[in-house]
Amino acid sequence: MKKTTIALLTGLLSLTAQAENIAIVGGYVHTLSAQGSLDNGTVLIRDGRIEAVGQAIDIPAHFRVIDAKGKIVTPGLIGAYTSVGLVEVSSSAGTVDASYAPQDFSKAGAALDVSYAINPDNSVVDVSRIEGFTLAATGMSNTHSLFGGQGAIISLGDRDNLVKPRAFMSLAVDNHGADDVGGSRAALWPQIENAFAEAQSLNGKVLGPKDEWHGQLSKADVNALIPVVNGQMLLVVDARRASDIRQVLAFKARHAKIKLALLRATEGWRLADEIAAAGVPVILDPEPNLPYAFDMLGSTMANAGRLAEAGVALSIGVETHNLRLATQHAGNAVANGLPWQDGLAALTINTAKLFGIDKDFGSLEKGKVADVVIWSGDPLEAMQAPEQVLIDGEPIKMESRQTKLRDRYLNLNSDTPHQYMRP
Amino acid sequence: MKKQQYTGRLLMATLALAVVAGCGKKNEPEQAPLVEINRDPYPSTYQALASETTLITNVSILDGLGGQIDNGAVLFKDGKIVQVGQNIPPSEGAKVIDGKGKWVTPGIIDVHSHLGVYATPDGPSHSDGNEATKPVTAQVWAEHSIWPQDPGFRRALAGGVTSLQILPGSANLVGGRSVTVKNLPGRTIQDMKFPDAPYGLKMACGENPKRVYGDKGGPATRMGNVAGYRQAWADAQDYQRKWDKYVEEHKAGKNPTPPKRDLTLDTLAGVLNGDILVHMHCYRADDMGTMLDLMKEFNYQITSFQHAVESYKIADRLATDKVCSAMWADWWGFKMEAYDGIRENIPMVHKAGACAIVHSDSDLGIQRLNQEAAKALGDGQRAGIDISKAEAWQWLSANPAKSLGIFDKTGSLEAGKNADLVLWSADPFSTYAQAERVYIDGGLAFDRQNPASWPVSDFELGQPGEGDVK
Repeated sequence: MKKTTIALLTGLLSLTAQAENIAIVGGYVHTLSAQGSLDNGTVLIRDGRIEAVGQAIDIPAHFRVIDAKGKIVTPGLIGAYTSVGLVEVSSSAGTVDASYAPQDFSKAGAALDVSYAINPDNSVVDVSRIEGFTLAATGMSNTHSLFGGQGAIISLGDRDNLVKPRAFMSLAVDNHGADDVGGSRAALWPQIENAFAEAQSLNGKVLGPKDEWHGQLSKADVNALIPVVNGQMLLVVDARRASDIRQVLAFKARHAKIKLALLRATEGWRLADEIAAAGVPVILDPEPNLPYAFDMLGSTMANAGRLAEAGVALSIGVETHNLRLATQHAGNAVANGLPWQDGLAALTINTAKLFGIDKDFGSLEKGKVADVVIWSGDPLEAMQAPEQVLIDGEPIKMESRQTKLRDRYLNLNSDTPHQYMRP
Repeated sequence: MKKQQYTGRLLMATLALAVVAGCGKKNEPEQAPLVEINRDPYPSTYQALASETTLITNVSILDGLGGQIDNGAVLFKDGKIVQVGQNIPPSEGAKVIDGKGKWVTPGIIDVHSHLGVYATPDGPSHSDGNEATKPVTAQVWAEHSIWPQDPGFRRALAGGVTSLQILPGSANLVGGRSVTVKNLPGRTIQDMKFPDAPYGLKMACGENPKRVYGDKGGPATRMGNVAGYRQAWADAQDYQRKWDKYVEEHKAGKNPTPPKRDLTLDTLAGVLNGDILVHMHCYRADDMGTMLDLMKEFNYQITSFQHAVESYKIADRLATDKVCSAMWADWWGFKMEAYDGIRENIPMVHKAGACAIVHSDSDLGIQRLNQEAAKALGDGQRAGIDISKAEAWQWLSANPAKSLGIFDKTGSLEAGKNADLVLWSADPFSTYAQAERVYIDGGLAFDRQNPASWPVSDFELGQPGEGDVK
């Protein structure tokens, strides 16, 4: 597989011209746009972008036709909170770029930047994309610091993997977040407020090596927080119990400029109207419904449905190696009260909007990048799967090392030792 | 496999020896009574809920044996299944449930759970699953750790799980005894114990034991692991011989001193006798290959490999040696020995004629094992493996029941078996299907339509979300 080096200096897409133009015809097309869902729809793809979507569209000459009759067509799915590209094997084997033991350079963790660490050859990439995931928000999972570092949006295609570096800053205000800064929320929140006060005090000026600085944060950390306090970088806050979520909403009210999303919001259903009124989106895995800690006592699979009913925009897809199961997560949210369309939106357009990439991604609309999935059936159903995934308008090889292992061992009665077999 | 029946023989010998002792020769010292080991010192106190005679009609049935009946009916009474078929006339006083559009299956049996031994809330206070103090701890029993108030039991019930095996963790070469329970709430674990189910023994291959003991005196390697199992079995054989000798001498009218009881070796000898079933955590095909020889070297049977992520590489050999594989649908990559996990593992094991089981090892996975089977079935079908839904349900009930030694009582919808069954709102291979009614021994243990009837763990009383839909 050909994957080019990440262009770290740019967050812009630089699509080169595509060799092939494609028309996907006959499928049931969920556009996730104002066009809604179209029976017998056509999606035209030229030079890696969507040229048109509709029901009565003439197919121009020289377009390769992919017949999707009887199939479901959706935008490519977007992992909402992952460490894709950062972790090969999490335990006792490596590589694990998603965890960090604090050093002086960044004791608060804000300066960590995963855009330098993304590995497009990470096996999770192929495993996830053949299951319909074409983009992922990826970040640190464990920093033992106040902040969880700066995450990025990556494409799982063969080119231009870094779609948006420094797309979000992570923060945890749950039990774990308190544990990372001395064991108490009474210490956690003053530290957060202090960090914001220090960053605000710079008035947008990035500190240089010779600048005098008397704050408690390191220069690297305080500089990294400037776009957060200015509202240019999304702050993703892991909060679980109702009182912590209230603190987050109050924090947002105190810092009107910031752009903020909740992560998990386990007891969000208890104050769904307040979250909706504050215009705060929620990233969640709808399945955990057990009191794993005393800040998750009210966990229920009904959370997603109740939040959506109150008008909260949801994103689903909190996983790494099995990010591909986010379709099942969404399906179970639907089984427990989430409207089906909201379930699909939580895997696509909502997440694109959340990370500010909806100009290019998240729906099947004219001008957007042609990340498209053709499914055997309802994407949220356990027995269905993608039959073809297109990224940047290119049909990808529906292959991973897992499919190769499968094909090698499908026939056990071989005279040839299996290592000679290269499916 | 034929085993030496040392404890069985002990029991049978007792009466005869008492008579011999009564008319013993005058010159010999009086014979002390035979010392025997109580094999069930913590007996089940399980009591089924009241069972209403019930007829479910117009329903799609998967019988758990590979059969499907469309527009069928199931009748159960006094806790037992009476009849499964197409047309069953309503018997007098039977509650009739119209199952139109719905499905009935045998209750799901999870062979791999840590509910109660790693209860929620998580934390050191509830970490009761690994006696990680030395590599061979066959003396510990999972049932002595289980907290019956773990909220996870109730969640699993709502997912259609009627029985489950609770195992110690996999830190140790030999982790200890497992226990099979009914998924009905009880005040003590004995209230949940599945009557007359055999004990299991948890063992573990590969990375975990060597990681846990690598800097605690070993084993530090896979070869160290294997040496550890071999020595444990050799010690058990020695122990077995001592008891055999003791019983033989007693039988001959002598007055032997009984061997000192060793709780570790009691359990290991129980395996060599064939009384205790081995469930062994193994991921890699080569690890499993070594274990197949190990069990032959010491003449015991491994009932199942647990997790068995690479069973697809040696499924033919697992079929020959009659070892089940208890598997996830798609977990992979969290450690090196899980790196080669593939989505078609379960159907490929099934296709090779080996025993395939869907297991959870998770308090979330246990809530939707039907979906795990659905994913595996869909993936298998796409890979060209022709398996029906009816056949696939064997992974969830019959094969687990066989591997736990309870298939004579549950695991399929057959007349005379326990009425452990689930009425699903729709095809249970759909993500949207929910367990609507869950019956255990004919008693209605869960009724989704009646929130007032839902069991609530003591822990969740008076807490946010008490009695909420979960």
